[in-house]
Amino acid sequence: MTESSIIRITGPVVEADRMRGAQMYEVVFVGEDELIGEIIGLYNDTATIQVYEDTTGITPGEPVKRSTMPLSVELGPGLLEMIYDGIQRPLTELGDLSGDFIVRGVSAPALSREKKFLFTPSLSEGDEISGGAVIGSVPETKQILHTILLAPDLSGTVERIAGEGEYTVDETILWLKDDTGKVQKITMLQRWPVRVPRPIQSKLPAIRPLITGQRVIDSFFPMVQGGTAAVPGPFGAGKTVVQHQLAKWCDADIIVYVGCGERGNEMADVLRQFPSLVDPKTKEPLMKRTVLIGNTSNMPVAAREASVYTGITIAEYYRDMGYSVALMADSTSRWAEAMREISGRLEEMPGEHGYPAYLGSRLADFYERAGRVKTLSGEEGSISVIGAVSPPGGDFSEPVTQNTLRIVRVFWALDADLAHQRHFPAVNWLLSYSLYSDLVAPWWEKHGGSEWGTMRSDLLALLQKENELEEIVQLVGPDLLPEEDKFTLNVAAILRESFLVQSAFDPVDTFCPPEKQYRMMTLIHRYYRLGRHAVGEGMTAAEIQQLPVTARLSRLGPIPHEEFDSLYPKICEEMNSAFPGGDA
Amino acid sequence: MPPLREFQSVVRVAGPILAVSGIDDAGYNEVVKVLLPDGTVRTGQVLESRKGMAIVMVFGGTRDLDCDITAVRFTGRPMTMPVSKEMLGRIFSGSADPIDGGGSVVPEKEMEISGYAINPTKREFPQDSIETGISAIDGMNTLVQGQKLPVFSGSGLPHSFLAAQITRQARVRGTDESFAVVFAAMGITHEEARFFVEEFSETGARAHAVIFLNRADDPAIERIVTPRLALTAAEYLAFDLGMHVLVVMQDITAYCEALREVSAAREEIPARRGYPGYMYTDLASLYERAGRVKGRPGSITQLSILSMPDDDITHPVPDLTGYITEGQIVLSRELHRKGIYPPIDVLPCLSRLMQGGIGEGRTRPDHANVSSQLYAAYARGRRLAGLVAVIGDEGLTDVDRLYLTFLDRFEHEFVGQKRDEGRSFDETLDRAWDLLSIFPQDELKRIDPKYIKEHYRGGTG
Ligand SMILES: Nc1ncnc2c1ncn2[C@@H]1O[C@H](COP(=O)(O)OP(=O)(O)O)[C@@H](O)[C@H]1O
Ligand SMILES: [Mg+2]
Repeated sequence: MTESSIIRITGPVVEADRMRGAQMYEVVFVGEDELIGEIIGLYNDTATIQVYEDTTGITPGEPVKRSTMPLSVELGPGLLEMIYDGIQRPLTELGDLSGDFIVRGVSAPALSREKKFLFTPSLSEGDEISGGAVIGSVPETKQILHTILLAPDLSGTVERIAGEGEYTVDETILWLKDDTGKVQKITMLQRWPVRVPRPIQSKLPAIRPLITGQRVIDSFFPMVQGGTAAVPGPFGAGKTVVQHQLAKWCDADIIVYVGCGERGNEMADVLRQFPSLVDPKTKEPLMKRTVLIGNTSNMPVAAREASVYTGITIAEYYRDMGYSVALMADSTSRWAEAMREISGRLEEMPGEHGYPAYLGSRLADFYERAGRVKTLSGEEGSISVIGAVSPPGGDFSEPVTQNTLRIVRVFWALDADLAHQRHFPAVNWLLSYSLYSDLVAPWWEKHGGSEWGTMRSDLLALLQKENELEEIVQLVGPDLLPEEDKFTLNVAAILRESFLVQSAFDPVDTFCPPEKQYRMMTLIHRYYRLGRHAVGEGMTAAEIQQLPVTARLSRLGPIPHEEFDSLYPKICEEMNSAFPGGDA
Repeated sequence: MPPLREFQSVVRVAGPILAVSGIDDAGYNEVVKVLLPDGTVRTGQVLESRKGMAIVMVFGGTRDLDCDITAVRFTGRPMTMPVSKEMLGRIFSGSADPIDGGGSVVPEKEMEISGYAINPTKREFPQDSIETGISAIDGMNTLVQGQKLPVFSGSGLPHSFLAAQITRQARVRGTDESFAVVFAAMGITHEEARFFVEEFSETGARAHAVIFLNRADDPAIERIVTPRLALTAAEYLAFDLGMHVLVVMQDITAYCEALREVSAAREEIPARRGYPGYMYTDLASLYERAGRVKGRPGSITQLSILSMPDDDITHPVPDLTGYITEGQIVLSRELHRKGIYPPIDVLPCLSRLMQGGIGEGRTRPDHANVSSQLYAAYARGRRLAGLVAVIGDEGLTDVDRLYLTFLDRFEHEFVGQKRDEGRSFDETLDRAWDLLSIFPQDELKRIDPKYIKEHYRGGTG
């Protein structure tokens, strides 16, 4: 087993011989420097290995050592606030070891072996337990009680359990006797292979929205806790900002943010902002609920491929404690390209655009790990997955976008034209959709008001109408339109500029609470209704445009929330008295 | 890696690629020296190694190489370059040999040219804006120190003038200090190369510039190393010596063509238009070498120039670039034809790092709002101009007409400026207000009323 050696190296892919007995996806250590790799192909006794570090200088004949373990992550208290690379190496700690640049062959444990956590047991001697059982808990942060669960694949009788006290993650806290009478020592740290979904009792239907504070999302194309969404768009259309906004403001308990093959400065931006921003729900720093995976575009490509699995496994771990977790992957296209690059080196038969034929099934398997579930311990937890897609040339007909669309239920199509006008978020309202809108209607009716469904469909229809009218304008010019249509165009412009436009950088408008969203929608909807009536009564669109109340409707978003609350009834009143047929 | 080994067994030559047999222990990425019968030496690098065989890419090309007589020496080392402060003021070939008649540089240290990825936790988020003096950039796409912001251009467009103007005018924020410049030419014409060298000489910038020249008639495969040499020099200047460095790389498209050539010679499965599937990763290994590092005073700002074949922004080179860089400046043939210099089409332009570099205490509090409003107004003006081209201007409203006026004046007075004209941030923003004041105040929906009160100068309201 120790005499395996390298016979071929091409970039991140290495072949080794005398590997009989090795398993697919087993971790190996490549070369004198023991670079971390994973077996991705086996043929007779030759193994094909993808290497997670730069292979410069490696020569044939260098040894390959087996680990007999599949590529796994470490799970336990201390994950929150960490930033890892694609194979869960802690980047801050690597920096302490090797300085400002990432060099090869350095490693550090994913979870600190020194830090102690206050463990409170919830079992007694003699308890019979099975996989997923609650062993005890640790207050990981002020908000997050970290439940220590028995690994899904274990069961037995409690022989002994540690008393309440401070322990490191590798100290034994449970002595578990299995059927054969053998006693296993269990620590707070467990390992789980990243490519295997963690087991659950059952999947449950989604029931409540994932509130993001982004109007075009929450009010028009809503996401749910446990749902799947894709954000495709050409470069510069705002995919990353959408992902960052969701990571900042969405009402999940835990955020796992995977920067997969994107910019280093974007990770630096998150690291700079998250510790000082405050979660609107818990008032705690955002970093305290976040795990970051950063495998930037210049870091090894194989580790980029692994990064989304590392992320989703960590997400599943917190889901299993009963939390609502949201995972952002920016960008799934880079993951797909990493797959393509490795597949090309393996000389596999290429499919469309050179992607391997299994692209679709890999994407589906990944998104399948999202969902609201009943966990092994009987809790309800969920993972929401939001994947950015970066189509070449912004062309949505390419394989990654198309395969993703077949799976996800929410589609926020970002549009270069809108981005060029600096209409952000540049979500195209004609192309985007959410298959969850009926599902979240009851929530909105309870938390916003009873008109949510009607207003939403009226306003979406208004935008559709605007689009049709624009086509007519292209032929005859705006002046020849009937008054009613002119007014429709004016309201659509207000809806776009005042409601849909929402600057991520505005200190107030970066997060818009659902109540405010509902009220803004109400104002515009009422203006539309009253105005149309007024046009019917003979008012011209130009006259309506001159009404002071029209100007009131612009720049509603940046108005501080309390100020808006007191302004709202005033604008309603003004509107009623400005229009004939208002309820005044 | 093992020490020096020499072989004479070249079994195959295909394009820029050699296959050498008999070697069991070639290191991946190891540097090789290919010795020619006439005594000249070409440099290459191992692309693939297996027992008994190494595949080598030769930077000087292989066209005139002969299988039988060529010796290949494996050096046992990755590719490195000597660096020193003395490089400033010097001109090198695309392989870092001095070509200005001066002697070789006495090295301070040897650095690996492929560089190492900056640990993301060690990056300092770039926030210090650079005043380039160009309104379309400073006002609407502000550049910051440590950013990578390429210029997307086309053949015959004045990207060289623009790049030269920026390198001449750019000042490190809060000082009167100019940038050290590293210029890497890849496949550009002699004339273009001469333009830069002369430009640098005339303005006195030569003394703090390092120039690498791979011209159109130099070996194409050498272009794969040229930018890496330039960036290694830049990293030394920035992170070892603490200088603010502006790296200008031109033309990234020629670089990508060299990549494509190597990939084709290896018969790899291409992604789009024959370019290799790993081109994104490869380009990232260049572009991501821009930035700032915590606790180190210097910075690397990249201003690469690439030509879009057929002016097509969806071509893989600009497309993958835009996905990696922190924005882009896009030149337009249409504006160029209208005689506007610099012909920057602001709509597809973007500076992703602008937000952190502008505003109160940096440029001016109204900056973000003004920029957003200029975008909205210009986009609408362009749409209306398109409409007028089809249906004439009869059907337009009075407000629509104001947008057409704005459009014209914006292109000429804001985007357009002289080649030797540098405008301060204040001048740029004041100019913007002159133009925005064409509109009645309530058209300026993207601007906070308090800034309107402060800066608006129109009579109408
Ligand atoms: N919601 C938003 N509010 C304000 N600006 C935005 C918003 N979304 C995107 N932008 C602007 O667009 C730029 C590009 O967005 P980004 O998310 O980085 O694009 P992508 O990831 O699609 O390439 C950002 O740098 C920012 O200036
Ligand atoms: Mg992005």
